[in-house]
Amino acid sequence: MASNTLTIEEYREVAPKGTVDLLLRLAERVRGRRFLHVNSTRSGGGVAEILNRLVPIMTDLGIKAGWEVIEGDPGFFATTKALHNALQGMEQALTVAMLEHYVDVNRANAERLRPTGDLILVHDPQPAALILARPPEGKWAWRCHIDLSAPQRRVWAFLRRFVERYDAAVFSLPSFAQRLDIPQFLVYPSIDPLAEKNRRMSRQEIQKTLDALRVQSDKPILLQVSRFDRFKDPVGVINAYRIVKRYHDVRLVLAGGGATDDPEGAEVLNEVREVAARDADIYVLDLPADAHLQINALQRAATIVIQKSTREGFGLTVAEAMWKGKPVIGGATGGITAQILYGVTGYTVNSVEGAAYRIRYLLGNPPLIRRMGAAGREHVRRNFLITRHLQDYLSLLVRLTA
Amino acid sequence: MAQPAPFIFFGCIELREILGLRARDERELMEQLERAPLGSVYYHTHSVFLRHHQVTGAYPNDFANWVASQVRDQVLGERLAVVDPFAFGSLEALREELVSIIDHHVATLHPVPRVVFGDPFFFVQSHVIEVPAGLEARTLQEFRRCLAEVDASAIYLHTLESRVWRGQPHGDFAGWVERDLGLPSLAGAIARINPYLGGLEQARTRMLQLLDAALREAEPASGL
Repeated sequence: MASNTLTIEEYREVAPKGTVDLLLRLAERVRGRRFLHVNSTRSGGGVAEILNRLVPIMTDLGIKAGWEVIEGDPGFFATTKALHNALQGMEQALTVAMLEHYVDVNRANAERLRPTGDLILVHDPQPAALILARPPEGKWAWRCHIDLSAPQRRVWAFLRRFVERYDAAVFSLPSFAQRLDIPQFLVYPSIDPLAEKNRRMSRQEIQKTLDALRVQSDKPILLQVSRFDRFKDPVGVINAYRIVKRYHDVRLVLAGGGATDDPEGAEVLNEVREVAARDADIYVLDLPADAHLQINALQRAATIVIQKSTREGFGLTVAEAMWKGKPVIGGATGGITAQILYGVTGYTVNSVEGAAYRIRYLLGNPPLIRRMGAAGREHVRRNFLITRHLQDYLSLLVRLTA
Repeated sequence: MAQPAPFIFFGCIELREILGLRARDERELMEQLERAPLGSVYYHTHSVFLRHHQVTGAYPNDFANWVASQVRDQVLGERLAVVDPFAFGSLEALREELVSIIDHHVATLHPVPRVVFGDPFFFVQSHVIEVPAGLEARTLQEFRRCLAEVDASAIYLHTLESRVWRGQPHGDFAGWVERDLGLPSLAGAIARINPYLGGLEQARTRMLQLLDAALREAEPASGL
């Protein structure tokens, strides 16, 4: 389905009862208002992925929704990458010249784009300094998708002087926010139930996809989907699987990417392959970034989904798995704790042993697996679908432009 | 006889605001609770039902859940959980009760229990935006039909939000049933339904049972 043809009516079947009507009526209050999104890329990454879906639906709802993308040279994007890492706590060296270039590129983009609207939502640090050129009319909000809880202080002090010129900031979790002198709103990210990664699949289609991946489905499948990154603790997942394997004959699938464009990712992948060696029931799949259908099929084929991160952003793979009716066992960190209702849709755990215990517990209780899966799907339906995201953004439009 | 005014159903959407107040131990929780806006007290004790239409955590308010699951202090968790917001005439009185419970509890404890591995408590408040649900009822029969199909946020708005913020001590539903349909006994029964114990869906189910019973009783008469 081409994203620019998306309509709100397509979501009536999957959204909670009454939600689409509520959205249509909410949209009536802001019909014709201009809502402009600005970010740094039109494809790749979670922000572009969701904007590709949100903007057409907003347009369908009668909002004059727009989406602009800033441009920059390699030096600019090297700086914003370092900014991004430093804001998430990694030590980075940012020179005065780099920061000046960041501001200059933002000024040039402001001149080129001349962003105007009733509400301009600027996503993430890359275009944050566009605010320097804001016109007198319209409200500006900064949408921060990253974890700002423990930033490199000097870098945050640099960015903060732009952020505090906005009318509001929006964060994905309260723990990701910083103290600011402007109102801060909470908007969880979301998944799109109609996107390739989450759409309904037939049994045959799932099986065909698993066959293509050479993953056998004759035993219960434990699955973790994530980049090959130490913070996702893939080795910990294998260790938990080995404890479980003493009691239950299961397969483990570790599916992810990030090994091709990230030297550390490649290192972690090699380590995982080494640890998994000679166990035919462990599958380590290094998938390309656009393997949405494969991920969908794996999540649907899994018995239990694991997200045993030791550090995590929001971790939307949890919502993706719950949407497919799977109980999730996740590390007690970041957005995982906001998504898993402990004992209702899954469990949060703090160790390999904790993960192993909960996997065993669930495998020994098939009715509980089904009950938790069903509860998880309903929890996601209400709290983590794109329709709720739309409600939040329209509410922001109502609130800031009333 | 004049036609009763219709009951117009509204749903709602909440926009959540992060207040920048946080607590890592029980004394901080008490101190921040004392200074937090009443909207935040409301958010953590009432609007939890807007996010979870059934009681999904161990306890039905955020303070009790945090103390029990993050601080791992089951005793204070239980003491906070048993506080029934419906028993308080104002949010200020509710806040006072919660603060008193924590104060009394920490007075005997050295050191004060704190989060070691868990998350801090973050104070949030919400801005509720009312949206017409597109449903209206003039008779008890119509009211029953609308109540069965309306978005659960309407149950929240007309039972909880209206009591706390709009001066309707018994909620909008009970008020209309008494005022416009002239059924004080049914209104009283509706007013006594406490969503705090089972969530919005359970409250809806209980209300529908009451309405069905009233409709059965009134079958020979017309107009209901």
